[in-house]
Amino acid sequence: MDHLPTLVSEARDAIQAAHDVSALEELRVRYLGKKGEVTALLKGLGKLSAEERPAAGERINQAKQTLASEIDAKRQQLENTALNERLAAERIDVTLPGRGQAEGGLHPVTRTLERIEGLFTRIGYDVAVGPEIEDDYHNFEALNIPAHHPARGMADTFYFDATRLLRTHTSPVQVRTMKNGELPLRIVCPGRVYRSDSDLTHTPMFHQVEGLLVDEGVSFADLKGTIEDFLQAFFERDDLSVRFRPSYFPFTEPSAEVDIQCVMCSGKGCRVCSHSGWLEVMGCGMVHPEVFRHSGIDTERYTGFAFGMGAERLAMLRYGVNDLRLFFENDLRFLRQFA
Amino acid sequence: MKFSEQWLREWVSPQLSTQAMADQITMAGLEVDAVEAVAASFSGVVVAEVLTKEKHPDADKLNVCTVNDGSDEPVQVVCGAANVDIGQKIPFAQVGGVLPGDFKIKKAKLRGVESRGMICSASELGLEEETSPGILVLPESAPVGVDFREFMHLDDMTIEVDLTPNRGDCLSIKGLAREVGVLNRLAVNEPADEPVTAEIEDTFTVNIEAPEKCPRYVGRVIKGVDVKAETPLWMVERLRRSGVRSIDPVVDITNYVMLELGQPLHAFDRDNLSGNIIVRLAQSGEQLTLLDGQKVALRPETLVIADQAGPLAMAGIMGGENSGVSESTETIFLESAFFTPLAIAGQARSYGLHTDASHRFERGVDPELASSAIERATRLLIDICGGQAGPLTECKSDADMPAPSTILLREARLESALSKKLASDDVTDILKRLGLDVTQKAEGWLVVAPSWRFDVAIEEDLIEEIARIHGYNNLPVRRPAARLALRSADEATLTHAQLRRQMVARGFQEAVTYSFVAPELQAALLPDAVSPVLANPISADLSVMRASLFPGLVRAMEHNLNRQQTRVRLFETGLVFNGELDQLSQVPMMGALACGSRETEGWSGSKERIDFYDLKGDLESLLGLGGNLDAWRFEPAEHPALHPGQSAEILFNGEHAGWIGTLHPRVRATLGLKVDAVLFEVRLDTLSQGKIPAFEALSRYPEVRRDLAFIIKDEVPVQALLDCAREKAGDYLKDIKLFDVYAGKGVAEAHKSIALGLTWQHPSRTLNDEEINQLVDNIVTQVRVQLEAELRG
Repeated sequence: MDHLPTLVSEARDAIQAAHDVSALEELRVRYLGKKGEVTALLKGLGKLSAEERPAAGERINQAKQTLASEIDAKRQQLENTALNERLAAERIDVTLPGRGQAEGGLHPVTRTLERIEGLFTRIGYDVAVGPEIEDDYHNFEALNIPAHHPARGMADTFYFDATRLLRTHTSPVQVRTMKNGELPLRIVCPGRVYRSDSDLTHTPMFHQVEGLLVDEGVSFADLKGTIEDFLQAFFERDDLSVRFRPSYFPFTEPSAEVDIQCVMCSGKGCRVCSHSGWLEVMGCGMVHPEVFRHSGIDTERYTGFAFGMGAERLAMLRYGVNDLRLFFENDLRFLRQFA
Repeated sequence: MKFSEQWLREWVSPQLSTQAMADQITMAGLEVDAVEAVAASFSGVVVAEVLTKEKHPDADKLNVCTVNDGSDEPVQVVCGAANVDIGQKIPFAQVGGVLPGDFKIKKAKLRGVESRGMICSASELGLEEETSPGILVLPESAPVGVDFREFMHLDDMTIEVDLTPNRGDCLSIKGLAREVGVLNRLAVNEPADEPVTAEIEDTFTVNIEAPEKCPRYVGRVIKGVDVKAETPLWMVERLRRSGVRSIDPVVDITNYVMLELGQPLHAFDRDNLSGNIIVRLAQSGEQLTLLDGQKVALRPETLVIADQAGPLAMAGIMGGENSGVSESTETIFLESAFFTPLAIAGQARSYGLHTDASHRFERGVDPELASSAIERATRLLIDICGGQAGPLTECKSDADMPAPSTILLREARLESALSKKLASDDVTDILKRLGLDVTQKAEGWLVVAPSWRFDVAIEEDLIEEIARIHGYNNLPVRRPAARLALRSADEATLTHAQLRRQMVARGFQEAVTYSFVAPELQAALLPDAVSPVLANPISADLSVMRASLFPGLVRAMEHNLNRQQTRVRLFETGLVFNGELDQLSQVPMMGALACGSRETEGWSGSKERIDFYDLKGDLESLLGLGGNLDAWRFEPAEHPALHPGQSAEILFNGEHAGWIGTLHPRVRATLGLKVDAVLFEVRLDTLSQGKIPAFEALSRYPEVRRDLAFIIKDEVPVQALLDCAREKAGDYLKDIKLFDVYAGKGVAEAHKSIALGLTWQHPSRTLNDEEINQLVDNIVTQVRVQLEAELRG
């Protein structure tokens, strides 16, 4: 009994000296296990007198608790150390690039078309598409451009034979939609169009989006409002100035070209806008009654407007692309800029 | 159309700066393309008179002259021009003057002789593009000492308008003045010309055999014309400022009147005409040598001006070489006719021609203009070339003249079309100034369109005119109102945008390639393809419609490989064109191509190159997007562009939907490609067909898994093994996993080991060993019988 303090002191030294959890466990067994040295002292209590017993028992239990908590504390310390060592060993360079990354991207024209479609479909327009090899009727005749009309010279047409051609605009889709569509009608028609023209500012293929709205009581004011809203939304500029210039398209009357304040120089005049401060961006007008007649629409009851724009032109202005031909070279160094 | 601002301002001159007027007409629909000074800037040039001329003592080609430039003393100047002569009035650049190009005139010595100034040619003054052959000789009346710019009225601008095809009426000073007059509410002053009195009796008979194409023909004989007379400088200048070169006085006068009034005219040499003038359609086999020397075979639908001997001119397009005015011409027959737009439209272009006359007739020349224009031209001819005019001969078919449109413009319609009520008086004023005959009615205005407006035929045309003159930008703006109608949306259908996004997520860049490709490229990839061929391609390289997306993708890959891009992953969506025109299919496809390393170059990845299975994985990620992967199959099949051992036909619900494979080594060699590529293309309509998810209750009972490895012959596709297993695995098979493919040691030659993991689960009970064993036995038996495959020992 008298060697209890010595025992405790020895045990504490041993605990503090333990290097790992298993050594600690051995110490626990040695002192506190069933056959442990401190446990043995408890067992020896029976040899003491009844008066001595409680006090002795108390001391031994205290010693037991002291050692148990020291072991726990030491274990905690050892475990922490081990974990810290492991964590230190497992350190990696988090600035290395992640594995297997290879982002692709949409073509800037698609990106532009999707944006335009999105702006219109959100307010209730549908998207309509059609064939690219068209016939004379849908590309010209039904749009009030009879044979030999000087307007045919406006778009140099790729022909396959006397009547079949590559569509020069997406307007034939309007004709097809009006023929089988119900009224009122609100559509945008994105797609490839073709004109036999190739130089710095023309490619023989490009993309257009045409829009058409037919309803009762549609006026020129509705057209102006729609176009202004669209252009301001597309360029994300609420203060973008938009102006309408009288023009001529056989399938609309009245017709207009739409200019916006140059987005490059804010209208101050630069190379892009030929120092005029204005950029021509699209054409539009009220649907010509002759076009309605081809589709059997009552021109007294219904009126409508149509508009058309070049996707490349808008993409160039939006993203600052300065060479149209880049859109069709498919150079990855170009395409990746739009990812 | 180019015109001189001064010329226009003689007709109508608003109180506006040049730019303001240009902006105004642009905003009225006559788009001004350019405003340029008619002459480059220069100074210190005056009108002078050549007083003396002597040969230069030391130079054969130089003359030493003295000129009177209005100063006190004659000025000595050395001149190299051959045409310099005593008594001429000439533009003289004084010492201190500056010519175009910042060329300063200084005192100089030429071969030892002092020269104090320079006698200028037109090109030295920037009045001619080409180098002039000699000095510019001014009219005798030119006042000595007056500033040359002032004398020539050079402080003028050339305004170029880009007219839309409906505005043929503005292809003249007269037409433009009318527009400017309306826009500024100003009266237009047309220079008044008295009709020329006939001094001789000579006429020349005209017969119109095609009155529906030529309803009116006015002609006149003018005798004793001096075709060698010089076109006055003022006319040369006006022509120049309108972009027309001076040729000879007769041509210049016809051009001048055309620019001024809009009426194309033609002058014949009367002495080369036989019998009478006949306006008729060409007869087949007839030929004509045009003024430009070109010999054309006339087609029967072409209108010609002929005489008894044959065609003289292509009506309204170009005159003939033999009947035209030449240096020896003494008597002229002048033509001023109205050819209908339909008679001329398309004709010039069909012969590869485009002339000022055809440009105007196609768009519509005022049919009422013929007489006044010929009078104007006669007056100018006689003034400039002398001669005596005969009486006008006019042939006219009233029945064939364009009937003026009578149109009712309803006030209510005008208001609803523009969402604005315009003052009735303003509308009337605009219509009247535009030359319409207006009668006020209860509902609005009853108007008759003027003869020069071929584009005003219906109410909408009038609405446009009112809107245009009122100003589009002065009209209200509003947003269209519509009923909010919800429409059903097809949940099973994948949008093209979703499919494209998936390809992007798999690391592909979207390409957009031309829909027409080089025939050789297409033939190398698809020797059997039939697709439409353009009749008028922009180049041979872009002449045949693509029958597949492969040609464009391969070309785009090549472009990038040639630019140090070694890893190319591209996709494209678009139509492909198959079949002859009459059985043409235009089908939207999704195509992709990949080459180079499997992963981007980096610190961790393998350097392995991509193969068939990489791209197949990308494709399967698309096929699985709609939750409908089971509808798709890959069948070994051959495609001319693809490696026969590494290509598959893609089937959707058993129907052909596309191809996938490695580029055929031979095709690669033909195209000179340095690397392997894997490609696919699939119909977009099939890719779009997903399905709506159908819930199946989750079983609470355990899954049972059995792994089976089979040894099968190399040539047996795994798909066949999977099909066999699935067929015999019973209703409760949940899944088959293919977890190992092995060939080599332990597996017989020309065989492979395929390991399958099959999982069963019953919805409402635990499956027992006996029934699973039975199913496994069935599978093994079936595989043995059908595929001659054995379980791996």
